[in-house]
Amino acid sequence: MTSSLRLRAGLVSIVLLAAFLGIWHLATRSTGATTTMSPEYAKLMGLTATQGKSALPGPLDVGAKLWEHLRRPFYDNGPNDKGLGIQLAYSIARVGIGYLLAVLVAIPLGFLIGMSPLLSKALDPFIQVLKPISPLAWMPLALYTIKDSSISAIFVIFICSIWPMLLNTVFGVASVRKEWINVARTLEVGTIRRAFTVILPAAAPTILTGMRISIGIAWLVIVAAEMLVGGTGIGYFVWNEWNNLSITNVIIAILLIGVVGMLLDQILARFTRMVTFPE
Amino acid sequence: MSTFDDPFDADRNLQSGCVCGQHRSAGEHEQAALALRCEPVESEETRYEGVVASAVMRAMFPQDVARRAFLKSVGASTALAALSQFFPLKTATEVFAQTGAPEKKDLKVGFIPITCATPIIMAAPMGFYAKHGLNVEVVKTAGWAVIRDKTINKEYDAAHMLAPMPIAISLGLGANAIPFAVPAIENINGQGIVLATKHKDKRDPKDWKGMKFAIPFDYSMHNYLLRYYLAEHGLDPDTDVQLRSVPPPEMVANLRADNIDGFLAPDNICQRAIYDGVGFMHLLSKEIWDGHPCCSFAASREFITAAPNSFAALTRAIVDATAYASKAENRKQIAEAIAPANYINAPVTVLEQVLTGTYADGLGGVKTDAKRVDFDPFPWQSFAVWMLTQMKRWGQIKGDVDYKAVAEQVYLATDTKKLMTEMGLSPPASAYKSFAVMGKTFDPAKPEEYTASFKIRKSS
Repeated sequence: MTSSLRLRAGLVSIVLLAAFLGIWHLATRSTGATTTMSPEYAKLMGLTATQGKSALPGPLDVGAKLWEHLRRPFYDNGPNDKGLGIQLAYSIARVGIGYLLAVLVAIPLGFLIGMSPLLSKALDPFIQVLKPISPLAWMPLALYTIKDSSISAIFVIFICSIWPMLLNTVFGVASVRKEWINVARTLEVGTIRRAFTVILPAAAPTILTGMRISIGIAWLVIVAAEMLVGGTGIGYFVWNEWNNLSITNVIIAILLIGVVGMLLDQILARFTRMVTFPE
Repeated sequence: MSTFDDPFDADRNLQSGCVCGQHRSAGEHEQAALALRCEPVESEETRYEGVVASAVMRAMFPQDVARRAFLKSVGASTALAALSQFFPLKTATEVFAQTGAPEKKDLKVGFIPITCATPIIMAAPMGFYAKHGLNVEVVKTAGWAVIRDKTINKEYDAAHMLAPMPIAISLGLGANAIPFAVPAIENINGQGIVLATKHKDKRDPKDWKGMKFAIPFDYSMHNYLLRYYLAEHGLDPDTDVQLRSVPPPEMVANLRADNIDGFLAPDNICQRAIYDGVGFMHLLSKEIWDGHPCCSFAASREFITAAPNSFAALTRAIVDATAYASKAENRKQIAEAIAPANYINAPVTVLEQVLTGTYADGLGGVKTDAKRVDFDPFPWQSFAVWMLTQMKRWGQIKGDVDYKAVAEQVYLATDTKKLMTEMGLSPPASAYKSFAVMGKTFDPAKPEEYTASFKIRKSS
């Protein structure tokens, strides 16, 4: 039953993909020469103008280019031109550092706030105001005060990915069932031991969910931040290729950003499954 | 443009020059141009040798007449032999070539990927930085505000900036006031007004009321030139049209999406819009003001004071690269050197059309204008004064401004002149020159009157 469902779902996925690629291919076909031009003039013009080639590349162009990138992902042609593998590594490293800092701050802080209803209420308005701020809004402030673009990028990831984790930790800690805490209390368990053996395991699934949301946000932010500060990373790659109006490369980058984002999400999903418990 | 005086030429006047600086008079220059004698110097050493020899000859014969008479009577080769007898020209040349060692060898220079940055960019792959003893990393940057902030934050030692930007930064317009300086202009001309193909019958600016135009930055020659052009045709750029600051790569995409009707943009963007069939060249910026500056090479005063030798070496490399780029025969090679993804990242065809000046105009014609873009490093202070008049005209500067003082503080004409002389080039004698913008003459001595003479301006 489940295996046949999985099979059917897989089939539908493949059909959808094929249909998408087919429509894409048809929509971006060349329309043939649009106007007659002198050969001398045509030589100076791009394919879009001379052969009516669509401004958007077709799936075949993207596939060919993707293969070219995948064959040599780690080339290094100087400071402004590196292979996709290197760019992704830079981005993942930045996300990793910013995200880990956020974890180190958010979880202990969330724990403290969650255990004290007073603090939790008092800090709530600040968190609510800071949470919805876009990474791009932080960027000028960060650049201006920190005066270093790569630290600024990491700061922006930190500041944007901290809130979901903090809120979820607070919520998870605050909503541990009262019975369990009372049982611990009757057994005369100390505060520290109570925090680690009762509250932490009980709140872990909620905390992990917060971390999962945060890694998604961190990955969203890195592209925007790197487009702004430039230099290295997948966001810079998108910007550099956009500069050249190379939509083919932009599409490849979009695809890769999606794949890496999915992988990061799956890793945390696995952790979440490890700490979930049946009630 | 590089000058190589032959001090042993009896007919040569050591003090003055022609337009290209290699000849005694304009007449002789023309003659030489016909005879193709305007050749580049073979090597740095020959160049320095010439400079040293000139200096020695000048010292020996303070009167030019006496030197000429001496040379005429004994002949140049005898004079050279005699001179070498008691003055070790070779040694002197070597000493002269060894300028102070740079305090900092590994430098970072930011640039925006447009053809205006040609000298800054090409100096890396073509070895001009290395030749002057520097190890420079040229870093591509996302936009003008970012390049400004990164230079102010000292992530970059020097950077490619729009010519008015160092003035704006020094005055504290749009940023904290931080003293910046310009030792060299990058390029002259090389911009254009591009309109969407659907406007191909609206060539008269009077019909442009209500249109939307993009410019790269508020403090740019593009902004001032477009405003000037519109105002000369009776349109008030603040009320009759919409001007938007748009990063250059977004301009072509916006033009295609019909969000803007046209733009005055730096090149390779203009040509790129034509190449992709979305627009046509309405006017080269050269037709508004032939010889206008566009981008500059800028550094903070702090860097100049902290590392004067590095700064001098950088300036020499840029001036050297600019001189190389100013020669038409080198342009194709340059286009190929700066096209890869590490530098401008654009199709070679597009860069070649910009640099060689033979280009498709977007309307089916091929046009040729060898001076579409040109390179001339001398930071004329009159350029800075003109920019200040326009900043005043459009309300970017409020209140009084000491045009001359600001121009002289930011545009380092004196230092560059000294450096160019040392390199064997002949810079102009004065840092001020008069020029005409759309037929209207600008007198750098009377900026206040010039600003007041415009009918269309922002009322302050």
